[in-house]
Amino acid sequence: MPKQLNTALLQIAGKTSGALIELNNVTKQYPNQPVAAVQNFSMTVQPGELIMFVGPSGCGKTTTMKMINRIIEPTSGSISIDGRDVLSLDPSELRRHIGYVIQQIGLFPHMTIAENIGVVPKLLNWSKDKTADRVHELLTTVGLEPGDFAHRYPKQLSGGQQQRVGVARALAADPPVMLMDEPFGATDPITREKLQAEFLRLQASIGKTIIFVTHDFDEAVRLGDRIAVLSNRSQIEQFDTPANILANPANDYVSSFIGLGTAIKRLVLIPVTAARLGPASAASKGGTTVRTTDSLRDALDSLVLTGLPALAVVDELNKAVGSISVDQISAVLGAEVPILTPTAEA
Amino acid sequence: MTLDLNGLLAFWARRWDDILELLGEHLTVVVVALAIAMVIGVGVGMLVWDKPLPRSAVIAAAGVALTIPSLALLALLIPAVGLGWTPTVIALVMYSLLPIVRNTIVGLREVSPAIMESALGMGMTPLTVLLRVQLPMAWPIILTGVRVAAQLTIGVAAIAAYVAGPGLGQFIFQGLSSLGSKNALNFALTGTLGVVLLALVVDAAFVGVTRSTTSRGLRA
Ligand SMILES: Nc1ncnc2c1ncn2[C@@H]1O[C@H](COP(=O)(O)OP(=O)(O)OP(=O)(O)O)[C@@H](O)[C@H]1O
Ligand SMILES: [Mg+2]
Repeated sequence: MPKQLNTALLQIAGKTSGALIELNNVTKQYPNQPVAAVQNFSMTVQPGELIMFVGPSGCGKTTTMKMINRIIEPTSGSISIDGRDVLSLDPSELRRHIGYVIQQIGLFPHMTIAENIGVVPKLLNWSKDKTADRVHELLTTVGLEPGDFAHRYPKQLSGGQQQRVGVARALAADPPVMLMDEPFGATDPITREKLQAEFLRLQASIGKTIIFVTHDFDEAVRLGDRIAVLSNRSQIEQFDTPANILANPANDYVSSFIGLGTAIKRLVLIPVTAARLGPASAASKGGTTVRTTDSLRDALDSLVLTGLPALAVVDELNKAVGSISVDQISAVLGAEVPILTPTAEA
Repeated sequence: MTLDLNGLLAFWARRWDDILELLGEHLTVVVVALAIAMVIGVGVGMLVWDKPLPRSAVIAAAGVALTIPSLALLALLIPAVGLGWTPTVIALVMYSLLPIVRNTIVGLREVSPAIMESALGMGMTPLTVLLRVQLPMAWPIILTGVRVAAQLTIGVAAIAAYVAGPGLGQFIFQGLSSLGSKNALNFALTGTLGVVLLALVVDAAFVGVTRSTTSRGLRA
């Protein structure tokens, strides 16, 4: 038996790009919970695929993902990587061959960046030289100058830099499978977009099998080869390419999930003048105004920022031509339903 | 009985070698006891930190040991282990255990769930997590416990002269037992000053030890 296990691990470990992941009827019932967190989840992920799990908070994304590296043990069902049943493998051994990035990053504060990235190579008994070379290579890959960063400590890095190190650390031993739980969660939108772009470029060259959890449908569309839209108990509402999901949402649940984000994005494209403006007298006196050339998104921004019920809309000559409120912005979107027009973004 | 400064200085000049020897003994017995208490305390802390019942039991037991008056504890040890260094070291170890065990447990438990999860998720075994992640991160907290124990035992060690133990307590007891004699005050005063001085020096040393043995990534 132990011999067989070792062989199975070697077969996973020997690969550096993509492995096939199969989850079969996987259920997780936490003790003393009325309903299962994950119920009868089945999915096949092809080697080299980047799969996005999206769904509302608490729907079971994290639980589903963590059963793959046995941070959480399933109540029933089976999970295999390249045909090997993960439940029959030693958990610590198994995890050394699955890259893992958690939302909270979890860098070790007492270790330098180089030591953090070298953790798994050390567990795998790599030589010092090989590890050092790999650390150097990975820091370069994630856009951190090795000479500058290798000997810093995590607290000396910004949030976005720490997240890059988190990704580099997970990639260290070149695992065939990566599990990433909102890896870019704690960054501002600009850093996030940059990290996403770099990540896409990286994946194009390394071709890992990746499960990537996110709250953010835009991120899922941007990154995923396929997206699994999940609802409570990790039920798969739709599992398809971003383009197909945008074009043909399987049901109302999926449409509503897509629709919310799209509504806000649509506002960028609609000028303030498309709204039926209220009387100029309705606007609060003085202060912030909105220009006729602004978009509804700008108008909404200003409304939210000022907290005022209505803002004056002024033309190029700074002459008030009317006022705008949230209701009037909503009315524009309402008139346009259905608003979903599949974009070529994916 | 009034303080005669010149007398005191003369006493020091005459007794300088004795004073140094007692200081050295005092420091040695404290260091030996702390070393033993660290091995036991950190070891026990590592065994029980994640088990609620044993954890509470250990902290309670170490707490009880601390409430026994030092004189009584030393007296109780005489029939079992006799006089001298042995009862002194045992008593000091017992007093040191509480701060060391408690801080070890607190330190090991303070490592955040996120760090624990990423350590396990990368394939460390629970023992590796303990040795390579939790212990180094808990180290400054453990050292704080040792520092408290050091202050405590430097004081208690002075009482150890009662069981013919080593250290500056010998001067203090000699002074107390010869009250009224010419040098009584000199003995007591020298012993007491020595203890205070030792406590200050050791405390300062801990600042240095903590700095030099704590990862730069953990320092504020
Ligand atoms: N250790 C636990 N014990 C009991 N219930 C849990 C535990 N962990 C998660 N749950 C429950 O299981 C469900 C799924 O949780 P999970 O963390 O997988 O959600 P998620 O989709 O990752 O949410 P989020 O987007 O907020 O991270 C939730 O209802 C949660 O309350
Ligand atoms: Mg989650």
